[in-house]
Amino acid sequence: MTAPDNAARTGPVVRLTGVTKEYPGGVVALRGVDLTIGRGELVAIVGPSGSGKSTLLHIVGTLDQPTAGSVTIAGHDAAGLGDRGLSALRAQHIGFVFQAFHLVPGMSAQANVAEGLLYSGLPRAERRRRAVETLERVGLGDRLNHRPHELSGGQKQRVAIARAVVGEPDLLLADEPTGALDSASGEAVVELIHELNEEGATIAVITHDAEIADRLPRQVRIRDGNIVQDTAHDQGHAGTHGPGPGPGPGHSHSHGPVPSEAR
Amino acid sequence: MRRRGSVLKPARLTPLDILHTGMAGMRNRPMRVVLSALGIAIGIATMISVVGISASSKENLLRELDKLGTNMLVVTPGTDLVTQKEVPMAKDAAGRVARIDGVEHVGATGLLNHTVRRSEKIDDMITGGISVQSATEDLLITLRGGMRSGTWLNAATGKYPSVVLGDVAARRLGITEPGQRVYIDDEYFTVLGILDELPLAPEIARSALVGWEVGQTRLGFDGRPTTIYERSADDRVEPVHSLIPRTVDPQTPHNVEVTDPSSGLQAKAAAEGAFSNLLLGLGGVALLVGGVGVANTMIISVLERRYEIGLRRSIGATRGQIRGQFVTESLLLSGLGGLVGILLGAAVTGGYAISNGIPWVIPPWTIGGGFGATLVIGTLAGLYPAVRASHLSPTLALHAT
Repeated sequence: MTAPDNAARTGPVVRLTGVTKEYPGGVVALRGVDLTIGRGELVAIVGPSGSGKSTLLHIVGTLDQPTAGSVTIAGHDAAGLGDRGLSALRAQHIGFVFQAFHLVPGMSAQANVAEGLLYSGLPRAERRRRAVETLERVGLGDRLNHRPHELSGGQKQRVAIARAVVGEPDLLLADEPTGALDSASGEAVVELIHELNEEGATIAVITHDAEIADRLPRQVRIRDGNIVQDTAHDQGHAGTHGPGPGPGPGHSHSHGPVPSEAR
Repeated sequence: MRRRGSVLKPARLTPLDILHTGMAGMRNRPMRVVLSALGIAIGIATMISVVGISASSKENLLRELDKLGTNMLVVTPGTDLVTQKEVPMAKDAAGRVARIDGVEHVGATGLLNHTVRRSEKIDDMITGGISVQSATEDLLITLRGGMRSGTWLNAATGKYPSVVLGDVAARRLGITEPGQRVYIDDEYFTVLGILDELPLAPEIARSALVGWEVGQTRLGFDGRPTTIYERSADDRVEPVHSLIPRTVDPQTPHNVEVTDPSSGLQAKAAAEGAFSNLLLGLGGVALLVGGVGVANTMIISVLERRYEIGLRRSIGATRGQIRGQFVTESLLLSGLGGLVGILLGAAVTGGYAISNGIPWVIPPWTIGGGFGATLVIGTLAGLYPAVRASHLSPTLALHAT
């Protein structure tokens, strides 16, 4: 972590309250969603296409603003932030992994990962040093100078994951991280996600694949813009959330109350 | 570093990082970079070469002027106000001019009423536009003239029937080398030498010059100079100019005319320097078209790189930083074009200068101005695409291709 911040570390990483998103033209993607993700959690947000999970991802990732409701990421109220504030929030607190990797062609793995720190304010040499470190962490220490076209799909996704976590974000958002991979590579990526979580990362995986979702400690199921199931809630783990012990390996801490949307 | 509740502030990119992001798009499309920079390059090259060629021509004239000097004055008889006739100068007029403070050299010629021909078989009415003149020994040094071949008149040869021809006169007479003879007033004169070009005294170039004494002894010259050439120190030109009339003819100074033959060349140099506005305008149009080309490239670049823009937004780029990235890219494109254009324009000017044997001059302001123009154009061309890029939705990168 760049700077220990006790107050921010103890609160939930994500807190959505009554989030509604209506697109121009009257399409309602989210209908009053409440969602809390605590520090150190590994959550699957699962639902069929059109369920609103992508919109949820955009809003949690502060790439889009809700029509109604409040979004708090790592203690920052997104509604009160302008473009610069939101950009800084993304740069410092959120990492993204995309289905299509979105690596910059013609740039080495190391440079691609270092690009993840470009807007962090760290000096260039430090960015490159951390990129090497993170690539080693995802098991690509021997692929530093490979360009994306010289890497397999699974390796590309691991580079993309390294880029997302190199800044040690409070929250890692992975959008269908295995969607473009064969099952073996996908398996390796899921394992990597588990490992990162065990090391303390808070991760939300957005997927339509129930099989992958079921292997994660907590599942949040979405349909038609509503949360229809949240295992943290259903399993009765709900309790008063308070100062936690910090990132705990492999455990999903419940942070309730997490009311699921009434149908 | 950061605290809960503190205002989130995006980090500033270093200039190197900005350059790095600006080059991101260019690396993958080298051909497009070349083509869109080409338009700018052509425009800048046109402007640089137009200005460069006229500046080189001007420099050439100025250097020639420098060599010839601007400190020579020519004294000729004026016309009398009453009689409307030319008033001949006194025999010792040249000596009087020589005594003026600051005068360094004085030469004189006296026009003779004869023609010069190749032989006696040619009618003496055929002058060929060549005048026969008596010349003093100092004439050559005063004119800063040189000999193309042979020798100039001296005290000894000035007494005998020998002649020095101006380059134009020699060509018209068909004389190519010293030793050949020409026919003046029933007598053959041996050609001693042929003069080099004399830009400041074209009348001498069209003359056959005989010695002062020969003129008087053989050709009926009365010894009164018809033209006096005077060379003074550079800082004495003005006072000498005003003193000459009173010195040559104290009684009627207004009957003496003093002219500065270098003023004509100076005017010509100034005219050369006024480069062709039409061509310059043409270069401006080319530059404008080049700018439109860069804008076009930038718009396509933004459309193509929606995912990259989305990615950058998701890793924390602000709108301003995206804008900066694309303006930088546009600046790099047009800057590259400008640089190539400057080199190209300099090369065209150099080629012209070398093939014409004139100095190679490119005024520094054209390089600065040309490069400045490309930067302005780059900014203008990049601004609209950059603003468009910065307003693209950051959710784009999340959609799989």
